[in-house]
Amino acid sequence: MRYAMAIDTNKCVGCADCVVACQTENNVPVGYARDWIAEIVAGTYPNVELEIRSERCNHCDNPPCVRACPTGASHVVEGGIVKVTPEECIGCGACIQSCPYDARFSHPKGYVDKCTFCDHRVKKGRDPACVAVCPTKCMYFGDLDDPSSDVSEAMKNRKYKALAPEAGTDPHIFYLM
Amino acid sequence: MKTRRDFIKISALGTGGLAAAGGAYKWAKGSEIMNKLSGEAADKNLKLNRYPTYCEVCFWKCAGWTHTDDSGKIIKIIGNDNDPHSNGRMCPRGTGGIGMYYDEDRLKTPLIRTTKKGKQTFRKASWDEALEVIAKNFNKIKQKYGPEAVAGFFHGSPGSHLGHTLHAFGSHTEAHPSYAQCRGPREVGFAATFGSGVGSPEPTDIRDTKCLVLIGSHIGENMHNGQVQEMADAIDKGASIITVDPRFSTAASKSKFWLPIKPSTDIALLMAWIHVIINNELYDKKYVEQYAYGFKELKEHVKKMTPEWAYGITTIEPSSIRKTAYEMAAASPAAIIHPGRHATWYGDDTQRERAIAILNALLGSWGRRGGFYFKEAMSLPEYPTPEPPHPKWDWKDIHGDKYPLAALPVSNALVEATIPENNPKHQIRSWLVAGTNLPLTLPNKDQTIKAIQELEFMAVVDTMPMEVTGYADVVLPECTYLERYDYIRAAPHREPHIALRMPAAKPKYESKPAWWIAKKLGEKLGLEKYFPWENIEEVLDWQLYRAGSSLEEMKKVGVKKFERAYGAPYLKEGEDYEFYTNSGKIELYSTEMENAGFDPMPSFTQHEEPPENFYRLIYGRTPAHTFSRTANNPNLVDLKAEPLLWINPKVARIWGIENEQYIWLKNQDDKITQFPVKVRVTERIRWDSVFMPHGFGHSIKRLSRTYGKGASDAEMITNVKVDPVMGGTGMRANFVTFLTEEPKTETRS
Repeated sequence: MRYAMAIDTNKCVGCADCVVACQTENNVPVGYARDWIAEIVAGTYPNVELEIRSERCNHCDNPPCVRACPTGASHVVEGGIVKVTPEECIGCGACIQSCPYDARFSHPKGYVDKCTFCDHRVKKGRDPACVAVCPTKCMYFGDLDDPSSDVSEAMKNRKYKALAPEAGTDPHIFYLM
Repeated sequence: MKTRRDFIKISALGTGGLAAAGGAYKWAKGSEIMNKLSGEAADKNLKLNRYPTYCEVCFWKCAGWTHTDDSGKIIKIIGNDNDPHSNGRMCPRGTGGIGMYYDEDRLKTPLIRTTKKGKQTFRKASWDEALEVIAKNFNKIKQKYGPEAVAGFFHGSPGSHLGHTLHAFGSHTEAHPSYAQCRGPREVGFAATFGSGVGSPEPTDIRDTKCLVLIGSHIGENMHNGQVQEMADAIDKGASIITVDPRFSTAASKSKFWLPIKPSTDIALLMAWIHVIINNELYDKKYVEQYAYGFKELKEHVKKMTPEWAYGITTIEPSSIRKTAYEMAAASPAAIIHPGRHATWYGDDTQRERAIAILNALLGSWGRRGGFYFKEAMSLPEYPTPEPPHPKWDWKDIHGDKYPLAALPVSNALVEATIPENNPKHQIRSWLVAGTNLPLTLPNKDQTIKAIQELEFMAVVDTMPMEVTGYADVVLPECTYLERYDYIRAAPHREPHIALRMPAAKPKYESKPAWWIAKKLGEKLGLEKYFPWENIEEVLDWQLYRAGSSLEEMKKVGVKKFERAYGAPYLKEGEDYEFYTNSGKIELYSTEMENAGFDPMPSFTQHEEPPENFYRLIYGRTPAHTFSRTANNPNLVDLKAEPLLWINPKVARIWGIENEQYIWLKNQDDKITQFPVKVRVTERIRWDSVFMPHGFGHSIKRLSRTYGKGASDAEMITNVKVDPVMGGTGMRANFVTFLTEEPKTETRS
């Protein structure tokens, strides 16, 4: 079992519904976000390219945040989901510094917070809120080890990339090109 | 580029009101009940944890479910799977709609203007007193000038309720800015061609199209939900997209062809496309022969409108024009030249929409799969009320000889007529405004304010303390859509269907639903007989019963679909079909336009160019916001707290302007923005234009999250090109220059 997400950059319009849905689903305080939109512009007018990406924690196989955590609050659960136990977190921020994706933030209640792949939904066989709400259906979630999962199906016959592969983190958010 | 770090920085400045309540598990518990309820064996006695609604954040009106936790607190809004507008997925504004409910800056009580120590101010009032004041003033005006002198300006659901009160009172002096400030020209242009306007939602069959052509329409940045979803489906299926835009829009980035046109020259491109399609015999011959009128005249008309001719006007290379014409012809009839939505640009907008409609006709896309489907709406019977009095004059008399093809009232004409010297015959002495923030919605704010100053009385109904409320004599706080019933949504689509909106919570503060306000105001005006019901549930149940449903059923399902009653959504091969035009055919040559004294076929006309050191102001949408109504929504302000002014890097270099620098704008009429705007230096915009999203730059301090955040494009729109055909206000003929130092206050607008 290895959960992962694939996001089709050809379809994403960057509307940020994923961001709003996550905030309401996970009670993320207004002003903070577990996912966000990145827009990368290249070229000069009129030969311009634009890539829009919905970004979040990459739930890495080699997560530097877990290694950096002095208390064990950051940990990996079944399916490779990287989580934080708020009660064990002292809010030191070492994990925030270590993350090459800038995916973690200090919650106003004093602990570090981040994307959980909505594991409370996933346990019930539902997609994460961001995936479930996306108007363009550009996001696919599921078990990479299961060739018939949405994410495996979406990645078949498509070119894809992951972010900052040079960091050696083995990220599990894939961008379909 | 927007990063999460920006989120924290920006919103940490302005928020703090909303405490996070409840945990994920609390929600999960609620959803179990919800799941049980949605099953067939739903227990009727079980507490309802989700309430059907349709969204009011924009006009797409997506149906969904408002979820509450066990304590009754609204926690989220999720799309209704059976709804063709949302297909179970709301857009960011719909998802963030809960912010409208939780916004602590909402209007809380009725307010009455009063003078304290020589200074005007609002005082809190009871509903009874506030409605009494409105009724007294309306009746006074009725006695002096007749009921017609009370005019209504409405947008969205509240207008249907208050419009009923206004009609019962005896006035049909009523306008919706969604016509003359937005989609009017395309309705008239398409009606003149196909005998049917476009309507909302647009009957564009995008999910099955092979070629989608967008002209200044930025689907994806405008989150017209079902349409965005279908565009994504079309991308999946390999459809080609052609985008015409001076800006490298999101849609442009998804397109096979992007034509970075010189602004204001769209008609030249359209006519050149028509030329190529006719001259190279790429049109749908059978379709044109059977259904179209005036082909010969059109062929003659476009003879000289070659791609080479258009090149000099549009800056689009002839080879690109030809290639894209062939691309859409190859997809014909599964090709859509999208009519757009906000179509009031340069004052010849009906003619531009005519050109778009003609192109669609040549490709045979109207009434064809992958083109435009024949829409059908469910018609609900009206609850029986007495015939309202017939007004002595109405909006048509205000138009007079102007705007002969306007099918709906022109809001700017009503504003003009409110200034007595413009309209000695018909006096408008009072306004009732609901759901539209006129100073930011209408161009030429000075004129709007001048008209307001002429009024004897003005009442405003809104959920938020928008700019327009500041001019009112009485302000009434409407509750948000999550706290109220409204009329059934019965919008046209592929399948006729209906959607229910019901409250998921009691109205916060002292706010009230518009149906209640309309009824109570009616009663104060002595119009009880027009409201022969206790509450709106009675009306809805009566209507639903006759449509083959019931309020009880709709509370459970939210959306109900029906069989089509008026034929298939597409033409059958060679089917006899009469179009609702004078000739009964698709009019390439418009007899309606000709009879009204306008060119029967569109031509390019030259528009004003920016003076030296000025740039054309192009405004548009950002996905998380609608008009000026969402700028203070706590959930959405997070995504885009302020507008960014897009400037090409070459232009920025000339001016020495840096990315993220704040500057003021000055337009051709020396108007200066009240607030500065942050610059985004980007290769995504032409060097002769700048772009900014509409709806920001609020000047009301009570809108605590958005006050002073960025410039308002509306302030810069003082040069208005009115479309003589239907009265639309062309707003893209405004040019701005940059002020890098804060201007002295006395010169500011």
